[in-house]
Amino acid sequence: MAEALLSVRDLRVNFQITPAGAWPWTAKKDLKAVGGVSFDLYPGETLGVVGESGCGKSTLARAILNLIPASSGEIVWLGKTLTGGSTRDWHAVRRDIQMIFQDPLASLDPRMTVARIIGEPLKVHRPELSADEVMQRVRAMMKKVGLRDEMINRYPHEFSGGQCQRIGIARALILEPKLIICDEPVSALDVSIQAQIINLLKSLQQEMGLALIFIAHDLAVVKHISDRILVMYLGREMELAEKSMLYAKPSHPYTRALLSAIPVPDPALERKKEVRLLQGDIPSPINPPSGCVFRTRCPEAQTRCAQEVPVWRTLDNGTRCACHFAG
Amino acid sequence: MLLKNKQNALGDALLAAGLDALPVAGRSPWRDARERFFRNKAAVVSLVLLLLITLACVFGPMLLPHSFDDTDWDAMALAPTWQNMHLFGTDELGRDLLVRTLIGGRISLMVGLLATIASVAIGIAWGATAGFIGGRVDTLMMRLVDMMYAVPYLLIAILMVTLLGREFYLVVLTITVFSWMDMARVVRGQTLAIKSKEYIEAAHAIGVSTPAIIFRHIVPNLLGIVVIYTTVTVPGVILTESVLSFLGLGVQEPMTSWGVLIEEGTGVMETTPWMLLFPGALLSLTLYCANYIGDGMRDALDPKDR
Amino acid sequence: MSLLQVNNLGVEFQTGDGPVFAVNGVSFALERGQTLGIVGESGSGKSQTVLAMMGLLAKNGRATGEALYHGQNLLAMKTAELNKIRGNRVAMIFQDPMTSLNPYLTVERQMTEVLQLHKGMSRRDAKKRAIELLDAVRIPEAARRIDMYPHEFSGGMRQRVMIAMALLTEPEVLVADEPTTALDVTVQAQILALLKELQRDFGTAIVMITHDLGVVAGLCEQVMVMYGGRVMEQGSADEIFYRPTHPYTIGLLGALPRLDHDTAELVSIPGNPPNMARLPKGCPFSERCSMADARCAAELPPLAPAGAILRACHRAPEHVMKQGEAIHG
Repeated sequence: MAEALLSVRDLRVNFQITPAGAWPWTAKKDLKAVGGVSFDLYPGETLGVVGESGCGKSTLARAILNLIPASSGEIVWLGKTLTGGSTRDWHAVRRDIQMIFQDPLASLDPRMTVARIIGEPLKVHRPELSADEVMQRVRAMMKKVGLRDEMINRYPHEFSGGQCQRIGIARALILEPKLIICDEPVSALDVSIQAQIINLLKSLQQEMGLALIFIAHDLAVVKHISDRILVMYLGREMELAEKSMLYAKPSHPYTRALLSAIPVPDPALERKKEVRLLQGDIPSPINPPSGCVFRTRCPEAQTRCAQEVPVWRTLDNGTRCACHFAG
Repeated sequence: MLLKNKQNALGDALLAAGLDALPVAGRSPWRDARERFFRNKAAVVSLVLLLLITLACVFGPMLLPHSFDDTDWDAMALAPTWQNMHLFGTDELGRDLLVRTLIGGRISLMVGLLATIASVAIGIAWGATAGFIGGRVDTLMMRLVDMMYAVPYLLIAILMVTLLGREFYLVVLTITVFSWMDMARVVRGQTLAIKSKEYIEAAHAIGVSTPAIIFRHIVPNLLGIVVIYTTVTVPGVILTESVLSFLGLGVQEPMTSWGVLIEEGTGVMETTPWMLLFPGALLSLTLYCANYIGDGMRDALDPKDR
Repeated sequence: MSLLQVNNLGVEFQTGDGPVFAVNGVSFALERGQTLGIVGESGSGKSQTVLAMMGLLAKNGRATGEALYHGQNLLAMKTAELNKIRGNRVAMIFQDPMTSLNPYLTVERQMTEVLQLHKGMSRRDAKKRAIELLDAVRIPEAARRIDMYPHEFSGGMRQRVMIAMALLTEPEVLVADEPTTALDVTVQAQILALLKELQRDFGTAIVMITHDLGVVAGLCEQVMVMYGGRVMEQGSADEIFYRPTHPYTIGLLGALPRLDHDTAELVSIPGNPPNMARLPKGCPFSERCSMADARCAAELPPLAPAGAILRACHRAPEHVMKQGEAIHG
């Protein structure tokens, strides 16, 4: 197998939370936003990261870019350990790893024109380029992502959500990075526009040999773009599997619940479908359940689940899973 | 939603007009704001009036035949008249009230302008620093602002004037010291809000350096709110100046300001009401105009509207 | 007489750039226990349709046509009359529960107030009834939680509280405007199951507004697909999902990432969402439609019966279905 582009080893991110009614000297509480995540990402591959609100998927994305500092664990980029590295190391890496955001309009500076927004990464990382060269590259990139040339001097508020996301993609691609982290890039868009953006990302990936980390809150969206999928719950990994395996034979009860919860646009199927309804709500990450974090909602939970944290292990079919009873 | 569509519609209309091949100049948020401001009739009228008042104060005294401190021995406490061009009448010392009102306006507007510039500058620097650094520095700096609010400014003003005398620069200084806190608070709040915006995160992700983030992304987005608050600071400062002058803490005779003139006029309003009427009316008009302009600015620049 | 009969409903907004027609010619009939799904993307007019029915349009909006509830036209009513019906006989739930819950009052106070007002119950009876309903929407320990404030509930629980509040007066019609859009998928599944169950137990008619075709599929017998303020296709869920004859419906189904098919590629609809201030003269979808010709851009297709359904398209159903198959496989 090829050398991994990115290796994440037991990454943890804790937030310090001030408990309610605390004095200034009261000890702060740890909120484990990401509680030990490990995976490898190979060149040209797409890893889908799926989970509901509070599962830590966005925090994970930001920790990989050091936008939020990791509390412990390792991030290895092309064989080089980045965690604990200097600002200059990170600066170099940011040329290779770019990000696309959830809210297409909010992620663009309202007082900048499209040309300045897309050209900004060049200004930061390629200061030797002349203004003409920058403009040339901006125009070429706009064409690539399907923006018309005459839009170059317009401002973000003049565009629809889908077009704004195209601007965001152009900004992420202009440095020709190796990896793009997409943080729910389509969840704020209309269905017909979602498909445009997903297809655009797919074709750009093939053209430029990009690796993608594609974050989403449901399993349907990532199906068409991912090679492997990581399912997270409450900051922990639940399952990491090849796409075909995950949809055909989900190993973790949470993955099964997620799959069955998505309404299918087929009346006959949907009417007779038995949804594996989960009980209750997602627990607070400040006080996660003991043992397996999913046990409070798991339809298959047993006493063991409350006592023992399930081991993150590889099953016979190659899927990695954190459940006592999987496999 | 509809507004956004409207803007798209305008852009698309340009496209439809056959400009497809040419790059379309975008409608910058500033241009939008300018257009919104000029659609607001009250604000535009106020702006014109305020400009006229300012021009009159600056150039009026040069064109009129009287000087502000010369006594016309033939016309003491004269009611407004065409005779000798005493259009606003004269005071008990026979000084032309029109010239004095315009000269007083110069001082009042000058104090307003200088004190506003100074307090806005301090407020921006203070608020932006506190907001951007955050944490303990922020807490410390903002508690200092709270303390400033608690200081009784009239007492301090009286103290300063008694110790240092009635000087123009002292009036400006006193007002500045007590009017920068509002701006500091507003700018800090806005800086905090902008700092958590996704486009700032996007800039970090690209690798933009901290100073560049501040000057390229945060400051331009602060300007809207700064302009709004500057326009509401001006009338406040002018009013404070007249309060100080009214209490006898303003500029020294024979120099005058609207506040001083109103103070003089109040004493004799039963016998020579014009001495109160004209400066008072001009001050009120100026404050009205400034407030209307401030309202117009807020409507034009308020980000919620976009 | 139908429970709810909407005839040729239109919504018009006065804007700085002239009138904008957000909804045009919407008609449907709803019987007891039935569910109608109104599907559309942003700018389709789906929400404005029901807001007009409930008399909740923004100030610059005006509704035309009629919305008959037991034969009484809701659109022609005075506010006082309308208030006897809306929130009582016709209830509404929103995407964001916090917009209809008062953050400064306990859930108990908000629920009992409705019953005291509309049903003339005593506070004690009202509270008992409120607890029953919170139980019905599966809020654990309802008797204790009823004294909490809205912000103390999680998102899914809040949506349940809002549904319980809407059901307090045993409405005949429940209008749900994207009630699950802000929720996580597993919580959405709970809420949808709950709505189905409530409909079975109480016989409430539901108007479900959503952008998600999947939500409609399991819940609704009747489906209306809207685009650019007009109905594109309207009929039974089976017809719309299995034999769509409108290019927009076909496009929407093709653009949806699906778990039940193994399609490799999503087929996107080109272009951008409609601009309501500048719609084409003809069919609003013509700008983005792969099957459109000059006539589509120039002439508005009427919403006309075609077999069991209503559709608004110049192209023959067989032609559209054949071409759709060619594109979508």
